[in-house]
Amino acid sequence: MNIDLSRRGFLRLAGAGVAATSLGAMGFGEAEAAEAAHVRAFKLATTTETRNTCPYCSVACGIIMYSKGDVKTGETAELLHIEGDADHPTNRGTLCPKGAALKDFVHAPTRLTQPRIRKPGASEWEEISWNDALDRIARAIKDDRDENFIATNEAGTPVNRWTTAGFLAASATTNETAWLTYKTVRSMGIVGFDNQARV
Amino acid sequence: MKDIATAPTTAVSNPPVQPTEAYFDARDVVRISATRDVPRPERQLEPVAKLIDVSKCIGCKACQSACVEWNDTHPEIGENVGVYENPHDLTPDMFTLMRFSEWENPATNELEWLIRKDGCMHCEDPGCLKACPAPGAIVQYSNGIVDFIHENCIGCGYCVTGCPFDIPRISEVNHKSYKCTLCSDRVAVGQGPACAKACPTQAIVFGTKEDMKVHAAERIEDLKSRGYENAGLYDPQGVGGTHVIYVLHHADKPGVYADLEENPRISPIVEGWKGVTKTAGLAAIGLAALGATLHGLFSRGNEVDDHDTQAADVLVKGRDPDDTHGGQV
Repeated sequence: MNIDLSRRGFLRLAGAGVAATSLGAMGFGEAEAAEAAHVRAFKLATTTETRNTCPYCSVACGIIMYSKGDVKTGETAELLHIEGDADHPTNRGTLCPKGAALKDFVHAPTRLTQPRIRKPGASEWEEISWNDALDRIARAIKDDRDENFIATNEAGTPVNRWTTAGFLAASATTNETAWLTYKTVRSMGIVGFDNQARV
Repeated sequence: MKDIATAPTTAVSNPPVQPTEAYFDARDVVRISATRDVPRPERQLEPVAKLIDVSKCIGCKACQSACVEWNDTHPEIGENVGVYENPHDLTPDMFTLMRFSEWENPATNELEWLIRKDGCMHCEDPGCLKACPAPGAIVQYSNGIVDFIHENCIGCGYCVTGCPFDIPRISEVNHKSYKCTLCSDRVAVGQGPACAKACPTQAIVFGTKEDMKVHAAERIEDLKSRGYENAGLYDPQGVGGTHVIYVLHHADKPGVYADLEENPRISPIVEGWKGVTKTAGLAAIGLAALGATLHGLFSRGNEVDDHDTQAADVLVKGRDPDDTHGGQV
């Protein structure tokens, strides 16, 4: 495209350009109407709060999970953010670096969401349904307990011990869960019982 | 009906989930980059501050985790190069960084492991804002928060040059500058920054600057009673004071904490360029424009008189047109 521009016209345009930019530089630049100052929209507005316990160690810090959507009302909840619960007596809102990064733990592509089994001799894990998993566990527990349960010691005193199986429980549970776990495990006579915080 | 948030005095509280109106906004801006004569706000907000007590810091990096989670940044997975710092420098995706220094104290001959949380200091007189040529890309609110408005950022990197603490980082993805916002979005709804809330030892605390100074004084007294005679507050006056302040056990030697600036000042080049040079340059442009206008208005165009014609003829034809003899000159 050719522009028919005389020398005089060119100089005139150039002059106008210089004048305009100079005016801008001298503080008449408000006409540019820059995006007004603003802070980022608060991302937790209208989210659903869910109180929970951090699953990592036995300190069991209180956390609040913030999600878009409420599972209780039948919606799908998308987890947006997790932070420490300031009302929780254990941590008063603080979290360690692992706890502070819990959102990524929940969203991790490698997160275990289904029971898996590695059969004797196999090198790979395979997925298994909860029903099958629980049946297998019950069978194995029953067989081992029937075989190795010690009802009485040498003196004939009842001891009801089952020493060939151990149980590893979660460290961060509610009092109720901890009570149930303890009762279940001890009622079978299991002696080796610990939680994963000491692992 | 939205509730209006109140200014935060602590980071130990749970964020609201009901829609809450920010307690400060564009009306509370006191400085705007590349903009002079910002109207004075009608109200003065209570200045806020984040206090970092390096003597209580255990270097766990919960602050870094919390910062990444809150600001939705996605730093790359790092590589261990033999030091604890990870990443190895601030990045556009990591606004805060624990810096670890091993320092042999000449007074005691003991090795001290010093840990400092690095990040934007939110200067009262921000060098980034002064250096920034993009109108509205950097603003300062009257509570002291210096915030980047990314829509207006042109990615020139002048803020990095202007910053006495070398904090902002330019993203190679969208060519915008990034740094700590002091969680302005949280503060706006009455919450403290994510790092201060997460900090397990509460080495990072948040509140009004006055409260933080009082808290710092208590900490300094405690440190002095434990033998740290030079314990003190780092609130550098060279940049008018900052809204992120440190309690240092060796306040006489800030440099031992991963080269914390002894006496930070805005670079004289930035000061000169945006100060004297800019004024002088604008004056020169103005004078030139004025001169050109006056010249255009008052001087007449050149007119050709007989003498000029004759002189031109002599030059072009090599002879005097009146010379009838045809002889050469």
